[in-house]
Amino acid sequence: MRQRVVADLSGLPISGERHSSPSWWGTLAFMLIEGTGFALAIGIYLYLAALAPAWPPVMPPDLAAGTGVTLVLLASLLPNALLSRWTDAQDLRRVRLGLLVMLGFGLVPLLLRILEFGALNLRWDDGAHGSIIWFLLGLHTAHLLSDLVETAVLAALMFTRHADNPRRFGDVRDEVVYWYFVVATWLPIYGCIYWAPRL
Amino acid sequence: MTHDRRDTGLGDLALEAALRRVWAAAHGLWGLLATVDHKAIGRRYIATAFGFLILGGLLALAMRWQLSHPEARLLDPDRYNQVFTMHGSNMMFLFAVPVMEAMGVYFVPLMVGTRNIAFPRLNAFSYWVYLAGGLLLWGAFLLEMGPDVGWFAYVPLSGPQYSAGKRADIWAQMITFTEISALAVAVGLVVTVFKQRAPGMTLDRMPLFVWAMLVTAFVVILAMPAVVTASTALILDRLVGTHFFNPAEGGDVLLWQHLFWFFGHPEVYIIFIPAVGMVSTIIATFCRRPVFGYLAMVLALVGIGLLAFGLWVHHMFTTGLPRLGESFFTASSMAIAVPSGLQIFCWLATLWGARPRLAVPMLYVLAFLFTFVLGGMTGVMVASVPLDTQLHDSYFVVAHFHYVLIGGAVFPLLGAIHYWFPKLTGRMMGARPGRWECLLVFAGFNLTFFPMHILGLWGMPRRVYTYQPELPWAGLNLFASLSAVLLAAGFLLFFWNAWRSARHGAPAGENPWGAPTLEWATASPPPPWNFTRIPVVGSASPLWDSMGELTVAEGLRTDRRELLVTSVMDATPEARESSPQDSIWPLLAAIATSVMLVWSIFTPWAVVWGSIPIAVTLIGWFWPRGTPEDES
Repeated sequence: MRQRVVADLSGLPISGERHSSPSWWGTLAFMLIEGTGFALAIGIYLYLAALAPAWPPVMPPDLAAGTGVTLVLLASLLPNALLSRWTDAQDLRRVRLGLLVMLGFGLVPLLLRILEFGALNLRWDDGAHGSIIWFLLGLHTAHLLSDLVETAVLAALMFTRHADNPRRFGDVRDEVVYWYFVVATWLPIYGCIYWAPRL
Repeated sequence: MTHDRRDTGLGDLALEAALRRVWAAAHGLWGLLATVDHKAIGRRYIATAFGFLILGGLLALAMRWQLSHPEARLLDPDRYNQVFTMHGSNMMFLFAVPVMEAMGVYFVPLMVGTRNIAFPRLNAFSYWVYLAGGLLLWGAFLLEMGPDVGWFAYVPLSGPQYSAGKRADIWAQMITFTEISALAVAVGLVVTVFKQRAPGMTLDRMPLFVWAMLVTAFVVILAMPAVVTASTALILDRLVGTHFFNPAEGGDVLLWQHLFWFFGHPEVYIIFIPAVGMVSTIIATFCRRPVFGYLAMVLALVGIGLLAFGLWVHHMFTTGLPRLGESFFTASSMAIAVPSGLQIFCWLATLWGARPRLAVPMLYVLAFLFTFVLGGMTGVMVASVPLDTQLHDSYFVVAHFHYVLIGGAVFPLLGAIHYWFPKLTGRMMGARPGRWECLLVFAGFNLTFFPMHILGLWGMPRRVYTYQPELPWAGLNLFASLSAVLLAAGFLLFFWNAWRSARHGAPAGENPWGAPTLEWATASPPPPWNFTRIPVVGSASPLWDSMGELTVAEGLRTDRRELLVTSVMDATPEARESSPQDSIWPLLAAIATSVMLVWSIFTPWAVVWGSIPIAVTLIGWFWPRGTPEDES
């Protein structure tokens, strides 16, 4: 087919940022998939609770460890927001610092999570109630763990020659968004496991 | 300065040579394993899915042989259970969904005028995971470990109490494989459609097939997590003693059905919506006019996608749910006939007075219209609770869903293969064998499955391995079985035609059908970079309105894989973005994932230890290499 040139694209940037970046949209799509998974897991919790003659069948989990995780996650929002700002400014030194801080904020809830499983007062095979609260906690733990690995790799990457590149700052921005998602999905799960049985 | 190399001002030959250097896959086995070209992956997906269609078809023939006369002894009850479970699981998870997504993988990037799918490595990964899932299922079947609990694996039958051994776990883990792959493709398709459309291709200029694949991708994203959650819970119940589905410990068997059908009903539309897009594409080309009511068609697609999530309970009418719930789901099941019917009327309006060219793809569309309308009408019938109660689990239902799935999706798919064969292979698919094959498939299908409505009304239950001679079912069963031979002959002719045409068919040229959409604006088959220059679109039928001249853009780099990112609504250019190079890491990641998933059938610790190699391969996949693609 004959071609006629009607546009010159050479003035465009050679990588897209935020909503011009495919990976930003990809992150959103994966959050939609995983968010659906979280919603379904909570749906299962409510479904089983509605069917049970008494809910919870045993005493509710101890509050301390779970609340500790919640507080740490909420506190992490501040450094995450700062990291986001430093990423926008493409300030490599501060971004490195921010990632190291976020690495800490990823690790602490995981350590507390070990205590949390112990504080549930139930094993996964202690009836359907035990199964679903272990499932909810396990699902979120998988997200904490995979995010920790991701943050660690990204932090390591930011200390290499590949760091000073707008594309890397875009990766950090996607990571910041994803962390908000990990925190946001925890709150309804925290409510289900710890507060719904106390209502 | 390498990064100053642009296509601006280059002649066609020089430009193609430059693009070949950066886009072509390496020669030999390495190139085959590492390629991330959406066309190579798409072709592979389509061929593999049709391979599974043949295997599933052979199982169907074995069942028809078994049922052709009373008290047959070809298959014993245990083997029969495996055969019908394998047939259903294979056709739904290894053929229908993958083949529809594969058509999107191949054609969506071409139809929106871009050079590769978004996240091409994820796309390659998805194929390898899909292949591994298929090998798991069929390998297990060959080892007498084939699942035997039906394609929807209801508990308690599939639970630890009634299904000892690993058969049900094989089924549940096959689900994980195929859903990971389907979700990965869906993400790639959504982002391709949102961000990689050619400049000027506003949302209301998008081809209807692209709309259909976009809606399908969203349905995949929202539906598939339900079955992954369900199958994970089933494996946990079976492996580590959780009690999700155990009523004795506070679990619930109907929870399985809710979760399964919250996925399972949208699944039907995941298969059907792409087919609808194919029908619209074919009708427009062979009527030589745009489909009547573009906006109504798009709204109908979106409407079907939304309503698909509101009908799942109609699979559960006989489980004793509250009456009000049943009434709601009857209403919603009937409501989906409205957007479906709207599409039918739009197609009829397009056909009206158009004197369509009755080429083979169009013949398949006519076969679709007739057969799908019949399947749709029996669908409205079983949406009614009293009738469904009578017909549930009978051959009437078997007839209904084969009408909808084969008539509604496979006929358009076969037509689409004929239609797009030139873009897949560069050659035309034989028209004369095509007409025979269409006739055989259409007649064979209706003669095989129509009698099953009557068998169902006469009380024949589905999933019985045989029946007694006193029952009045033998005559119609023999008739259906003989007709199945006709249907199989039609498929055989289709495969022979495709095989022969791929080698000896007439060379097709760029646009043999005189079609209006962008995939026909490049060579058949397209070069690895799809478009030498990115097209600029001014209407919904760019090739009809362009008067033989394609408007294009220039200014892209030729020293790296570069494509164009545009805005979601108006497709105004935003950036020149790089597209990843070929890589072996997606294959390695798929192998690591497969090892972990298969291992975890046997021990939960596989998830812990098996995740380490996955993490390693993912780091290898994403670690930058300092290539021009990484510049920004």
